[in-house]
Amino acid sequence: MLRLARLHVSSGSAAEDVLQETWMAVLGGLHRFEGRARLRTWVFQILLNVARTQGVKDRRTVPFSALTADLDAGPTVDSARFQGPQEPFPGGWRQFPAPWTSPEDAALSGEAERVIREAIMQLPERQRVVIALRDVDGCKPQEVCEILGLSPGNQRVLLHRACAFVRQQVEGYFSRRHAARTERT
Amino acid sequence: MTAITCAQLVELVTDYLEGELDELTARRFEEHLALCSGCRTYVDQFRQVIQAAGQVAEDDLSWQARTHLLAAFRGWRER
Ligand SMILES: [Zn+2]
Repeated sequence: MLRLARLHVSSGSAAEDVLQETWMAVLGGLHRFEGRARLRTWVFQILLNVARTQGVKDRRTVPFSALTADLDAGPTVDSARFQGPQEPFPGGWRQFPAPWTSPEDAALSGEAERVIREAIMQLPERQRVVIALRDVDGCKPQEVCEILGLSPGNQRVLLHRACAFVRQQVEGYFSRRHAARTERT
Repeated sequence: MTAITCAQLVELVTDYLEGELDELTARRFEEHLALCSGCRTYVDQFRQVIQAAGQVAEDDLSWQARTHLLAAFRGWRER
């Protein structure tokens, strides 16, 4: 629930405030609640109300950007990474992307997960929600479309731009770490 | 259609992973991957990002509960 709240407010502490207020309201209003079946829905309605109120107070709340801005055309990888028309392999990598895994970290480390989390928080709202909803097993593309009112094509564009951005941030993190290590030795 | 370049491939990754490329383009995509370790690395990293992003977003909520809240959230935004 905390992570969910964080989708809607800009900082972790704001999300914690939202959660705390939500549970206070739930406890305070429990006597008015009827029927166990919809308890979950009811809790989320309260969370939504609190988040809305908080959003007005929290000036840093990320504005809901225009869809056209999210879909902004243009390459997702800097064109300088690829060879130009006069070079031997036009459109080919100048230098291959460096693999992330090294002997000491077999998979993405906890540190890299933090980088990913931060990158996701920097994304425009629709991209953020699209990538956050794409759980490994949870969520199907058409469900994401339905929730966000997107066409399947636009949903993929948002997901693609989101992933490309996050990948680039992780790449930057690994190359800075590599540079720091090289310096030390 | 001729072979695709690395610069073109990186823009097709999501459509490929989602199974949305037409047959011919998907074949060109795979032919390119077989020959190009740079693009293999890129696609592999894309997969890792999607997987990690899913884990980051996961919490104790069921998918259905999130659907409810997000649907309500959208309704509020549109008002
Ligand atoms: Zn390539």
